[in-house]
Amino acid sequence: MEKQLLRITVNGEYHEVYIKPKKLLVEIIRDELGLTGTKRACSTASCGACTVLLNGMAVKSCSILAMQAEGAEVTTVEGLAEGAKLSPIQRSFLDQGAYQCGFCTPGMLISATALLKENPNPTRQEIKEAIHGNICRCTGYNSIIRAVQGVAEGKYREGGR
Amino acid sequence: MKKFTVINTPVHNIDGVAKVTGRAIYTFDVKLPGMLYGKILRSPYPHARIKNIDASRAEKHAGVKGIVTGKDTLGIKQGIWRRFKELCDEEILARDKVRYIGEPVAAVAAVDEDTAEEALDLIEVEYELLPAVFEPLEAIKEGAPQLHENAERNINVTRHIEWGDVDQGFKDADYIREDWFKCSSQHHVCMETHCAVASYSPEGKLTVWTSTQSHYYIQLLLAWVLGLRENDVRVISRYTGGGFGSKFELDSAQFCSSLLSMKLCKPVKIVLSREEEFMATKRRTPMFYYLRTGVKKDGTFVAKEARAFTEGGAYTSMGATALYLTGFFQAFPYVWPSYRYDGYRVYTNTEPSSAMRGFGAPQATFCAETQIELIAKELGLDPIEIRRKNSMYPGYEVPGQAWIQSCGLIQCLDKIEKWVKSRGKLPPNHGIGLAAYGFMSGGIFNWFDTPYAFSAAIVKINVDGKVDLYVGSQDMGQGSNTTLSMICAEELGVRLDDIRLHMGDTDICPVDLGAWGSRETLMQGNAVKMAAAEAKRQLLEFATAKLSPNIVYDLDIKDRWIHLIARPERGLSYYDVVKEAIRGRDGQPIIARGHYTPHRKGMISPAYSFGVQAVEIAVEPETGKITLKNCVTAHDCGQVINPLGLKGQLEGAMAMAAGYGFTEDLPMDEGKILNPNLVDYKVLRATEMPETEVYEVETYEPEGPFGAKEAGEGLTNPTAGALSNAVFHAVGVSIKNLPITPEKVLEALKEKKKKKEG
Repeated sequence: MEKQLLRITVNGEYHEVYIKPKKLLVEIIRDELGLTGTKRACSTASCGACTVLLNGMAVKSCSILAMQAEGAEVTTVEGLAEGAKLSPIQRSFLDQGAYQCGFCTPGMLISATALLKENPNPTRQEIKEAIHGNICRCTGYNSIIRAVQGVAEGKYREGGR
Repeated sequence: MKKFTVINTPVHNIDGVAKVTGRAIYTFDVKLPGMLYGKILRSPYPHARIKNIDASRAEKHAGVKGIVTGKDTLGIKQGIWRRFKELCDEEILARDKVRYIGEPVAAVAAVDEDTAEEALDLIEVEYELLPAVFEPLEAIKEGAPQLHENAERNINVTRHIEWGDVDQGFKDADYIREDWFKCSSQHHVCMETHCAVASYSPEGKLTVWTSTQSHYYIQLLLAWVLGLRENDVRVISRYTGGGFGSKFELDSAQFCSSLLSMKLCKPVKIVLSREEEFMATKRRTPMFYYLRTGVKKDGTFVAKEARAFTEGGAYTSMGATALYLTGFFQAFPYVWPSYRYDGYRVYTNTEPSSAMRGFGAPQATFCAETQIELIAKELGLDPIEIRRKNSMYPGYEVPGQAWIQSCGLIQCLDKIEKWVKSRGKLPPNHGIGLAAYGFMSGGIFNWFDTPYAFSAAIVKINVDGKVDLYVGSQDMGQGSNTTLSMICAEELGVRLDDIRLHMGDTDICPVDLGAWGSRETLMQGNAVKMAAAEAKRQLLEFATAKLSPNIVYDLDIKDRWIHLIARPERGLSYYDVVKEAIRGRDGQPIIARGHYTPHRKGMISPAYSFGVQAVEIAVEPETGKITLKNCVTAHDCGQVINPLGLKGQLEGAMAMAAGYGFTEDLPMDEGKILNPNLVDYKVLRATEMPETEVYEVETYEPEGPFGAKEAGEGLTNPTAGALSNAVFHAVGVSIKNLPITPEKVLEALKEKKKKKEG
């Protein structure tokens, strides 16, 4: 199959890559761009480990072809921090121990980031629904919910890490 | 001065920043120059003889670099019970016979995964189908199809535990109850599926990156089946994306990638798909349980007889251990004057069953706690009171099996009783159920036959005061890296950020048997504490010479301050002493070793955790649907090391155990798993998780580091039983067949109604 040109901005960096058109967005992010923070843990778009921000929306990057992201802006977990300064949700995850094995964490952080952007003061139920598509086998979710609540309550508004 | 300066304070996991920034490199992320990608061809039949494998077409497929089958192996039947040859029964790449759907028969290495996958379709395997058997109660019958030559009636292992006079006990009982239970299977569902990158070099060295709970076990097992010297195999496992009992046996990704790499002298990566993970790794052992229990009118336990028939699947794996532990924990956490257990592990043509978080104890606890609730109801006794009356206590000896040193079960029951009362009268169709449990802090058994200590650690103090801590244990998310660093910092008298931990590499780490059976806090923790204490002793020798105190004074280090214990203001900075001590030792850093092997601690474990869990639910009588409302746990894990990590472990265990109780199952048709994906296999989602509350009950465990013992695994034991008891109190039916699905509840309600009307 002939390769096609994909123009995509990931974490603020513009890329032009020639790819097989059947490649999924997650495959390009991980294999072509080497951003292995984004994970995969199923092949049925049901675990959320591959969640990225696509033009600001949380999207499972295994559920779309990379070519569908032509011209788009993508944020992965590697794009959440500014240098050594972690984003509020990353700091809150640390404070609440909202990760254990860490494999679902990148996708979980992205889903939480998308939620807080859209709804800075979510209820507990809204938080649960926002991460409903992300499976975590370690934490039982409650620490993740507390972490999102922590950011919503403004605990991380001032200063950096 | 505070008792502790490091432990019992909540801290971020030391690998937390790597994990929240996506910088943690898992095996899944490893990419080496020139790396090939492997895929595994698996049997579509539950039981068949392999007549011939023709890979010639696949070999010619463009992009294919190499293929291996059973003929390329040494044909060694391996297993983790190395001391018992007959229990080493799995070849991984089958040569003669396949015994379950998903068993590997060939593996391909190619330039990419797609090409390898295409090549699988070109391999022609000629099978002769054999009759198969899927249920243990069928497989044990005379004349059933036999899986292994040396296992008559498919009996793989039997276990017997007995103490007291059981027959007399039943004669003395005022009330006897018999029940059958069925405990379902469950899959670990690690987020990182089994995977490995193997790289063989022309010097004859094999390096394997893999997602594992025990790099030491994998090193030895690989060396054995590949005919290599143990220390020519290096296993690296820095981050493991979940384990839960599924990742300390040799798996097909590790074995096939190694074989292919040895054949091609190129790195080969194999990542199991989620479907392969479900169908062809290992899973929780399904069990049929018979319980006969005798009690006095006042609820005093007098006799118990238990029989378990476990669905072993095709191979032994860790199932033999689960068979013993389920029998042992069937009697937990109570005092039984007489007890008899007979366990039978039966081979079936299904995916092998093995270890999973709780290791046989969740099954035992579900049956035992469900039955106790029924007994309490029939005798008109309070469910908490009957448990309190029969509770284990500090100093109790489980006859011939174990010694209980610390035990906070009564305090746990008190806390839960208070919470239950605080809920007051519940709305209709709501119910609270509870279950008590205990668990081990590392197993004493050594069927793996290691000649090394069970755990070992090395501490090295550098001139800037930074401490290198080398451990053999594996952090798979449970937080042992942090726990062990905290134990080291506390013992040595420094801060957590003075510790630099090294783990997950057989080339540089001392041996530890791995992260299973809740070993790490107690066993690896004791080894770390011993190494840190020895390093401290070396430093204090030097400090004593410097401070020159009266000989009756003792020195200690706390928070980087070396001082006289009796006069804490008199002392020296840790940093200054380290600098001078190293200079005084002709420039040698301070190095100390520690190790731990349990001796004379009974048959099972050196220490036991205890707890009680209460679950509040609501049942929709029209649909049978269960909604979790609350989950409250009182827990005795001895001295808490990292409260933040502990809370996460407890909540996570509860979520997994609730899944076991009411949503997760592996239904099969003729040995084929019907739901091998995350759409149809229902793990708990955030929306289903109830609020959780945890009460810590403080005890001191003399055998544990700073008094600590198991936390996090045992909490998978009580939930299914608590759920079934909650359903019983909510709508008056007792479900003895896991998982407790809406269909089963509805069926039982109909049955109940029919009985009432009839």
